[in-house]
Amino acid sequence: MNLMSNVPLLIIVGAIAIPIVVYLLLGVGERMVALLPTRLQRSSRPWVWLALPLVLVVLILLYPLISTVITSFLNADSSQGVGFENFIWAFQGTMLDVIGNNLVWLIVFPIATLVLSVLAAVFFDKVKYEKVAITLIILPTAISFTAGSVIWTQMYSYQPEGTTQIGTFNALLTALVPGAKPVPWLQTPFINNLALILIAVWLSLGVATLILSAAVKNVASELLEAARLDGAGEWRVFRSITLPTILPAVLVVLTTEIIAALKVFDIVYVMTNGNYNTDVIANRMYNELFAANNLGHASAIAVILLVAALPVVFINVFQFRSEARA
Amino acid sequence: MTVHTHTNVVREVPEVVFRRVRVRSRRTWSWRWAMHIIVIAFIVSWFVPILALLVTSLRTQSDAAATGWWTAFVNPLFTTYNYQLALEQVGVTESLATSLAIAIPTTVLTTVLSVVGAYALTRMRFAGRTIFSLALVALLVTPPQVTLVPLLKVYHAVGLSGTIPGIWLYQVGFTLPFGIFLIRGFIASIPGELFESASIDGASQLRIFRSIVIPLALPVMASLAIMQFLWSWNDLLIPLIFLGGSDLASPITVQVAGLAQQTTQGQGPLMAATVLSVAIPLILVIALQRYFVRGVLGGAVKG
Repeated sequence: MNLMSNVPLLIIVGAIAIPIVVYLLLGVGERMVALLPTRLQRSSRPWVWLALPLVLVVLILLYPLISTVITSFLNADSSQGVGFENFIWAFQGTMLDVIGNNLVWLIVFPIATLVLSVLAAVFFDKVKYEKVAITLIILPTAISFTAGSVIWTQMYSYQPEGTTQIGTFNALLTALVPGAKPVPWLQTPFINNLALILIAVWLSLGVATLILSAAVKNVASELLEAARLDGAGEWRVFRSITLPTILPAVLVVLTTEIIAALKVFDIVYVMTNGNYNTDVIANRMYNELFAANNLGHASAIAVILLVAALPVVFINVFQFRSEARA
Repeated sequence: MTVHTHTNVVREVPEVVFRRVRVRSRRTWSWRWAMHIIVIAFIVSWFVPILALLVTSLRTQSDAAATGWWTAFVNPLFTTYNYQLALEQVGVTESLATSLAIAIPTTVLTTVLSVVGAYALTRMRFAGRTIFSLALVALLVTPPQVTLVPLLKVYHAVGLSGTIPGIWLYQVGFTLPFGIFLIRGFIASIPGELFESASIDGASQLRIFRSIVIPLALPVMASLAIMQFLWSWNDLLIPLIFLGGSDLASPITVQVAGLAQQTTQGQGPLMAATVLSVAIPLILVIALQRYFVRGVLGGAVKG
């Protein structure tokens, strides 16, 4: 039996043996630190503890990040520099449709998730069965985007007009609206983008609702009562008291979903594989990497994703610094 | 004069209060109904897709191809045949095993290394500590795509591609910034006197780590563990890219994605495989909901 294909052995090695080795390494490191003069001990000890995490982060994140930026200025097999050619390619022809689809994701997905999760957080807060409601709404967060996509094929399934509709949406549509024709949700351009986004909303709403729900609970109830006694309507109460209080949480949800929209891959890969004009940047990158074998193009796409994520990086760093100071 | 105004006010107040209460209660009544309808609409629409999956996975292939899943409630005809097919012929059993071989070590290693890193970052003073913390926050949202091209080359060069430990390495390294970030906030909130008195008593750093940090951090470690297990188990992109050419069965996400893209097996086994793929994470999230919620909130407040 080969180690690499023996599941129980792999689990024992990875989950028990390696952690023990990590612990022993820390012990050895501490021993070596103890041999140093006292002044050097203080300055060298942190590196004993940071060494392993640091090596991993540099290897998996930092080095590839820099290397990708370099590769994005090289040709398909990285043998020659091509200047900005890969980036010019990335903003031409079919790539424009791909970027357009990602823009739809970037706008619709965060806003839809935010609006629905604010609604859920505010309304769930008012009912006695809040716990059940929250539990049910976080169930999809445990489900992979892959499984979520398969689940939604049941919703979007389409049969030609006049035959029995087995998809939930088309059955509802043809039963409730007289004369309505069934819609090929995943094949109709633009509607299919929205259909795919809805799957992501379904999968992500739980986490967003949890974050906003915690924020809604922080709104001072005396303030709400006072406003209501003064005759303020629920909408007014929400706008003037609840919303300002939960604004930081709203920002967290928005940035999280923006990043998710940028790198969305699984849903598109499983549902349409980019056909019917639903392709997104991450799926296109996968194809450039494996079907076209063009490392330059793939890297340029990755760099575009990175640059698009930078504003969120800055927001996070800025917020972290101001919180650390406070 | 003053007396007169005073009595006037006293006479008026009850009337105003009465009117206001009546208006409020009528408004509250319809408001309550609207509220319940919205909440129940949320619950139902969020649960229906899962219900549809469960029902379809238990229907016969011909039923599932001819009528919608809801007809199963009118004329029920259920079978476990799809599960038999999925487990015995499609190879879902092996896929689940591969997914476990990836997710369990990844979870343990991420948790252990995150505590180690977070401990050093919060309780030890060294030059560049602030830079490190800021770099962590910056790396939190790196899209995984940015790392793929160079790592594919590295993995090929050192023989890690197509191996399970290669996936551990990637998933642990990629989640470490988040893990350290999550646990860091928690360790920072442990009172410093606890550490000081321990080191005055002559406890070594390793001893302090083992008998103070780990026991106190267990709840937050549980939060990180459940989140990392979900990420690892649910990940499609990384095994799809780095696990090609392995002699092991593909992990469950890759298996389900493959089944979904080819139509030869039919809907039945696909739905059964999907149910089996979501069973473990669903049970975990329901059973450990408290830790999951804490992890989400702990990682979100500042992230």
